[in-house]
Amino acid sequence: MTAQVTTHYLCIGCPLGCRLEVEEEEGGQAEVEVRGFSCRRGRDYALQEHRAPQRMVTTTVAIDHALWPRLPVRSQQPVPRQLVAEICRALRSVRVVAPVTLGDVLVENVLGCGVAIVAARDMAAC
Amino acid sequence: MITAQPRHLRRRYDVVVVGGGPAGLEAAVAAQNAGAAQVLVVDREPEAGGILLQCIHTGFGLHRFGAELTGPEYAQRLVAQAQGVDIVADACVLDVDEQRRVKLMTTASGIATVDAGAVVLAMGARERTRAAARIPGTRPAGIFTAGLAQRLVNLYGLMPGRRAAILGSGDIGLIMARRLVLEGVEVAGVFELMPHANGLNRNIVQCLHDFAIPLYLSTTVVEIHGHERLEKVTVAPVDSTLQPQLAQAWEIPCDTLLLSIGLIPENELSGQLRLRIDPATRGPVVASTMECSRDGVFACGNVVHIHDLVDFVSAEAMLAGTCAGRFATAAPAPADNVRLLPGENVRYCVPHTISTEREQTVYLRTLRPLESCELRLVEAEGNVLYTKRLRYVFPAEMVTLKLRPAILQKFHGGTLRVELVPRAFPGQGDAAEPGFPLPAPDKRPGGEP
Ligand SMILES: Cc1cc2nc3c(=O)[nH]c(=O)nc-3n(C[C@H](O)[C@H](O)[C@H](O)COP(=O)(O)OP(=O)(O)OC[C@H]3O[C@@H](n4cnc5c(N)ncnc54)[C@H](O)[C@@H]3O)c2cc1C
Ligand code: SF4
Repeated sequence: MTAQVTTHYLCIGCPLGCRLEVEEEEGGQAEVEVRGFSCRRGRDYALQEHRAPQRMVTTTVAIDHALWPRLPVRSQQPVPRQLVAEICRALRSVRVVAPVTLGDVLVENVLGCGVAIVAARDMAAC
Repeated sequence: MITAQPRHLRRRYDVVVVGGGPAGLEAAVAAQNAGAAQVLVVDREPEAGGILLQCIHTGFGLHRFGAELTGPEYAQRLVAQAQGVDIVADACVLDVDEQRRVKLMTTASGIATVDAGAVVLAMGARERTRAAARIPGTRPAGIFTAGLAQRLVNLYGLMPGRRAAILGSGDIGLIMARRLVLEGVEVAGVFELMPHANGLNRNIVQCLHDFAIPLYLSTTVVEIHGHERLEKVTVAPVDSTLQPQLAQAWEIPCDTLLLSIGLIPENELSGQLRLRIDPATRGPVVASTMECSRDGVFACGNVVHIHDLVDFVSAEAMLAGTCAGRFATAAPAPADNVRLLPGENVRYCVPHTISTEREQTVYLRTLRPLESCELRLVEAEGNVLYTKRLRYVFPAEMVTLKLRPAILQKFHGGTLRVELVPRAFPGQGDAAEPGFPLPAPDKRPGGEP
C-alpha cells in the first residue's frame, strides 16, 4: 500500500481565502482528491498550483542616459514558478541604453524557457 | 501630452489639477472632455504617473483596461491619453486660495501664480512612519517606509540593506518582501499586529509562501536597537487587546526595518484652504460630484480616501474631472439633497452627500471582517430603504455600491445611514468566531519557530 500525501494551498481567487488540499498517492501520478474549496475557481486553482504553478516575472534592469537609472521589465507570459528567482538573477547583469519603447524585447528566450523579457514602459534618452 | 515650460504658463486655466498620479491624469482628461479647453496638471516629481511608476508588479487595470498591467504600463496609458493637456513636472503647488489662485514653485523659474476656473486636488497619500506607530528604542539609520524602499529599489536600483524585517502585512510590505528577496536581500519575516493579514491572499501566496518568508500574526516590533545603523529589533506577541507580551519577546538581527503600516491622505493644501475634513477618511468631505466644501474645488484618488485598486481611483477621478470641467464652463451639476452617514460596522462612506437625481457610486469600508452580511440604507426613522446581500466584507477591501436614482425615488428624508449587518452568525460575525475562515494563520506567536 502506498501512503497518501496531502499538500496545502491558500486560494487566491477571492478574499475568503479557502484552504485547499490536494491529496495524492506517494509517488503517484494522479491526484486522488481536492478538498476545501467553496467554488469551482478554487478547485481549478488548486490543481493548477499543484501541477504547474506559473508566475509573471517583474523586475528592473539598468538603463543608461535615461531619466531614472532603472527600467521596469516584465515577462511577456507567465513562467514556471521555480524559474522566477533565477531569471531575476540573470537579469541583474542586463544593461540597456535609452531610448527604449514599451514592449521592446530585451532578452528573447530567457534561460531557454521560451518566454521573452520586455520593457514595461517607454524611457526617452536624456 | 504637452510638457508645459514653467516660464510659459498661462495666467488662467479652466481647470488646474494638483498632482499628476492616476487620479490627476484621469481628472484632467475628463475635464477636457467635459468642455474645459485649458487644463493644467502640476506634479512635483520629474514626470507624471504618481506612485504607479514605482509599482513595477502586475495587478493594475483589470477593470479599467481589461488587462493585467504593471504600474508603469498603466501610467503610460494615462499619459498617452492626456494629449492636449498641459503637464508641468518638477513643480510643487504651495497654496490654493479661496479665489482658486494656485501658487506653484519650480527650480527652473521660482514661484508662479495661475488662476483656475476649477481646481482638482489629486495629491495622493503619504506613508505612516515610525513616529505614527510609536516604536520605542534608538534612532539608527536603516528604518524605511516600505514605499520609500520601493522607490529606492525600483527607480534608483539602491538596496536599503542586507537583512530586513518588515512591520505590517499590507500589500506594499508583502510586495517589498518579495522584491528584496529577488534582489538578494535576506528577509527575516513579516510581523503583523493584527490576528489576520492585511494584504491580498494573492500577495500572501506569491510574495511570502513562494519564497518561504515567514509571516508572524499578532506580533509587533517593541524595540529598535543600534547606534549608527540598525542592529536588531525586538519583537513580541500581542494579546487580544493588542498589548505586547514582553515576557515572550525575542530578537531579530537585521540592518533594515521596513514599515508597511498604512497610508494617510496628503492634505496639507486642503488644510490651508480650510476644507472640511472627515476624521474617518482623513480626506476632504465630498459631494457626489467630488466637490469639496469650497466652491469649485474638487478632489479624487488617495487624497480623498485610501483606495486599494487604482481602477477605482480612475473611476472616481473621471467623475471629479467631469464635474470640475462643467463647473469651469458654467454648467455645474445640481446640488445634493441627501446626507450619507456611516452606521453599524461601517468605518466610512464616500461621497458624504448624494443626489436623488443621478446614478452614483458609493465607496465604503467595513470596520471588521464579516461573512455573509447585508448592506443596508436606513432612513432616520429606522425604515430600511434598500438592502444588498454580500458574501463577505473585509477591512482591506473597499465595498462599492452602485445607487440608481430609482432606489432613492421613494425617499423624502434628508439623511441615510449605511450599515453592514451580519446575516448568518448570531455572534455578530466576530473575527474570533470559530469556523470563520481567516486568511493564513501562518505563524502563531510564541517565540522563534
Ligand atoms: C506601494 C503601492 C502598491 C500598490 N499596488 C497596487 C496594485 O497592485 N493594484 C492596484 O490596483 N493598486 C495598487 N496600489 C494603489 C494605487 O497605486 C493607488 O491607489 C493610486 O496610485 C493612487 O493614485 P493617486 O493619483 O490618488 O495618488 P498618487 O499616485 O500618489 O499621485 C499623487 C501625485 O501627486 C503629486 N503631488 C502631491 N502633492 C503635490 C503638490 N503639492 N504639488 C505637486 N504635486 C503633488 C505627487 O508627486 C504624486 O505624483 C498601490 C499603491 C501603493 C502605494
Ligand atoms: S475557493 Fe472560491 S470562495 Fe474559496 S477563496 Fe477560492 S475563489 Fe473564493
